[in-house]
Amino acid sequence: MNFTNRTGLCSQHPDTIRKMKNDFRKMEDEMDRLATNMAVITDFSARISATLQDRHERITKLAGVHALLRKLQFLFELPSRLTKCVELGAYGQAVRYQGRARAVLQQYQHLPSFRAIQDDCQVITARLAQQLRQRFREGGSGAPEQAECVELLLALGEPAEELCEEFLAHARGRLEAELRSLEAELGPSPPAPDVLEFTDRGGSGFVGGLCQVASAYQELFAAQGPAGAEKLAAFARELGGRYFALVERRLAQEQGGGDNSLLVRALDRFHRRLRAPGALLAAAGLAEAATEIVERVARERLGHHLQGLRSAFLGCLTDVRQALAAPRLAGKEGPGLAELLANVASSILSHIKASLAAVHLFTAKEVSFSNKPYFRGEFCSQGVREGLIVGFIRSMCQTAQSFCDSPGEKGGATPPALLLLLSRLCLDYETATISYILTLTDEQFLVQDQSPVTPVSTLCAEARETARRLLTHYVKVQGLVISQMLRKSVETRDWLSTLEPRNVRAVMKRVVEDTTAIDVQVGLLYEEGVRKAQSSDSSKRTFSVYSSSRQQGRYAPSYTPSAPMDTNLLSNIQKLFSERIDVFSPVEFNKVSVLTGIIKISLKTLLECVRLRTFGRFGLQQVQVDCHFLQLYLWRFVADEELVHLLLDEVVASAALRCPDPVPMEPSVVEVICERG
Amino acid sequence: MEDDAPVIYGLEFQIHIIDFDDENNIINKNVLLHQVGEIWHISASPADKGVLATCYNKPSDSKVLTCAAVWRMPKELEPGSHESPDDSSSPAHTLELLCHLDDTAHGSVACVVWEPTGDGRRVISLADSHILLWDLQESSSQAVLAGSASLEGKGQLKFTAGRWSPHHTCTQVATANDTTIRGWDTRSMSQIYCIENAHGQLVRDLDFNPNKQYYLASCGDDCKVKFWDTRNVTEPVKTLEEHSHWVWSVRYNHSHDQLVLTGSSDSRVILSNMVSISSEPFGHLVDDDDLSDQEERRPEEKSQEPPQDSVIATYEEHEDSVYAVDWSSADPWLFASLSYDGRLVINRVPRALKYHILL
Repeated sequence: MNFTNRTGLCSQHPDTIRKMKNDFRKMEDEMDRLATNMAVITDFSARISATLQDRHERITKLAGVHALLRKLQFLFELPSRLTKCVELGAYGQAVRYQGRARAVLQQYQHLPSFRAIQDDCQVITARLAQQLRQRFREGGSGAPEQAECVELLLALGEPAEELCEEFLAHARGRLEAELRSLEAELGPSPPAPDVLEFTDRGGSGFVGGLCQVASAYQELFAAQGPAGAEKLAAFARELGGRYFALVERRLAQEQGGGDNSLLVRALDRFHRRLRAPGALLAAAGLAEAATEIVERVARERLGHHLQGLRSAFLGCLTDVRQALAAPRLAGKEGPGLAELLANVASSILSHIKASLAAVHLFTAKEVSFSNKPYFRGEFCSQGVREGLIVGFIRSMCQTAQSFCDSPGEKGGATPPALLLLLSRLCLDYETATISYILTLTDEQFLVQDQSPVTPVSTLCAEARETARRLLTHYVKVQGLVISQMLRKSVETRDWLSTLEPRNVRAVMKRVVEDTTAIDVQVGLLYEEGVRKAQSSDSSKRTFSVYSSSRQQGRYAPSYTPSAPMDTNLLSNIQKLFSERIDVFSPVEFNKVSVLTGIIKISLKTLLECVRLRTFGRFGLQQVQVDCHFLQLYLWRFVADEELVHLLLDEVVASAALRCPDPVPMEPSVVEVICERG
Repeated sequence: MEDDAPVIYGLEFQIHIIDFDDENNIINKNVLLHQVGEIWHISASPADKGVLATCYNKPSDSKVLTCAAVWRMPKELEPGSHESPDDSSSPAHTLELLCHLDDTAHGSVACVVWEPTGDGRRVISLADSHILLWDLQESSSQAVLAGSASLEGKGQLKFTAGRWSPHHTCTQVATANDTTIRGWDTRSMSQIYCIENAHGQLVRDLDFNPNKQYYLASCGDDCKVKFWDTRNVTEPVKTLEEHSHWVWSVRYNHSHDQLVLTGSSDSRVILSNMVSISSEPFGHLVDDDDLSDQEERRPEEKSQEPPQDSVIATYEEHEDSVYAVDWSSADPWLFASLSYDGRLVINRVPRALKYHILL
């Protein structure tokens, strides 16, 4: 198309075309000239190039030589530069130089001059390494710089294993210093810083240091693989063990102390602090070991609190003893038994609550170890509930029971009032306190553990049995006291040549007084109890049983020695129909039952003693008077007054049998004498 | 079977000799009059079955003094003699006085004990605070004081019971005064051991284990029965607390000393099986029978339970205080007890236990 157009153009402007043809021709000429010129220039240039070629080559060569010379100069100067760097402490620079030269020197070491340089360098490098190690060892520079040292030394091609060792050995030095300072704080004298401060120091000093060492080590020697990690773990285990030993020694000093909150906080810090290296050093098992220590301390604390409760209980008992033994000031009553009991009960309860609160700190949510399985389960159930609370209640019962079989058989050193008080205390525990304490415990320590625990009922049964044994022992002891009075009074008197009775013997009044005192004492702590219903006039009943047909039948025939067999027969027949008196039936928890027991024992003693003596007529009459007096005053204390009748009947009947001249006193006279007092 | 029973009836004092025919279950009684006074203690000679000693109250208007004497019963009443088919119509017999063991200077005699295995010539009497050794001469018609010792101490010391040990060729006697038990050497009449506060209250009776040296049982007003090894007097070997009132009498079975009988003023007699401190080790009799059988028997024996002390039986036949218990000297499975109301009860060891011990 262009062609067409141009053809069109040519055909339209023939003048223009002509002119253009001229121009082209001129241009062609000029182009030719240019070509010729260029050829001349090229020719010249080629000639110049050829002339310069030789010189150019020489220059390039010179440049190469120059570079080589500079390298050589570096090498020759290397020893002095290195020395300078070392002198200036620019260890990094020195290591870089050395790194650069090492390969060359290695390659050309067969050339004597290079050999010399290499030797020099080696000497300097050795010095450098030495200095680095020195610096490394001096340690004052702190861990990051040390890490740098190690890095440089590694770059110097020092053996990594050796460096690991050295790194750890060095770290050991520092950590050991920490341990030493901790140990110094333990001291033989009472520890100056409290346990919290101690674990804080240990945590930031030793544990912090250990963390740094561990992380630096892991960074530096990561390439060492499992062998290196194992080395670190062993290192941490060993030093950690020593740290734990120190901590345990310090904690042991706390065992005697009372403040749990400080201890728990200290343990919390200790435990929390060790979680970091625990993560870094899983293999060393430091966290587990720390948890174990905390658990052990918790267990020891439980033991300590149990001991504390025990001694608190013993302290209460001592207080009661002292209160009981304190001389009564005239007109001023000491604290009553009920009050003493209330004191003991509330004191023990508050001790128990305080102990619960103290050990509860171990399970507080904010404490780092409270979510460990031990503190969620075993600590609550086996530790607190069983070990501390059930353990204490059991030990309390045991201590109380030990008063029943005291070695001092002669009455024993235990005041009877204490037996009574303990018996009531145990009974109260059975009825209310135990279930209260255990509910309290279970509420505070939500037991998630499924291990079996002592049921409330079992513990209550134990407490009840203790209460029963104590009360039984009380009856025996008090019965013995009165028995001894009666026994001495019968044994030491000459019943054959005694005078006609005009008075009740003083000992009988004493027996009634003492029984009344016991009644009052028991009444302070125990409910009245039930009596067997008696006829309405029973209170007015005098000791007229002697005139009753039964009694007459009993020993009237003894006036007439002709019919001795009948007496015996009658007496036996009567006994068949009267219930046998169980001298010692089980005591119930009420006043009447206790008093019945004591009176039965006392009267039985009187009976046996009377049977061992021989009575004159007046002796018999004195026994009659005494028994009537006892009857007048003792019936009101017992459950079944018939019992007192029966026993006193037996006493008089036995005295009559032991009397060669049994003439009884007129009942009316007996009454008059007894009323006179 | 013989048992002597002092019973107080008004002013007449008797000794009853009771014959028990085990095979026919018949009881025969012979009455001996003891005219001198009320009997408080009685003991038969080990060598001569016709001779016995009594401690009795001498009737007096102003004072009670307990004396002791040795008596011979009429020949025809001697146990085992069937000469007199007893007719109740026959008058009561009288004892023949052999000699008095009196030494009024020494006070009231609490008991008389015979040398257990001797020829019936040596007797100990306990009078207030004195222990007197008598030599009976001329067929017991003369009592010569062979030795004596006294308790020293403040207060009125008074012996309550005594027992002659069958061991050590009968050179040891044990006595009780108040709560103390003492051992005496009859050769030197000196004290060899002393158990202070053996019981909480008065000690009522003692008995030596017939088969095991040094073992002594005691009982007292603290309702307890205690077993002692007299070589270690600080602690009893064993204590029983089954009675609810004073224990008046304790007796070892003569052959099987694990069987111990006690009588108490709680009106009960208790038979205990004290296997753990017996001279018969558990299974011992079986073992010694046949050595060749031993191997076969071993496993069987091992499976058996270790010995356990236990109460075998509590006898409640008495309505009043039981003051004396004793084993038959003829039949080891028979025993008698006597209570205040004059009731004498004869019992047997339960058959099952008897076979258990024998087989």
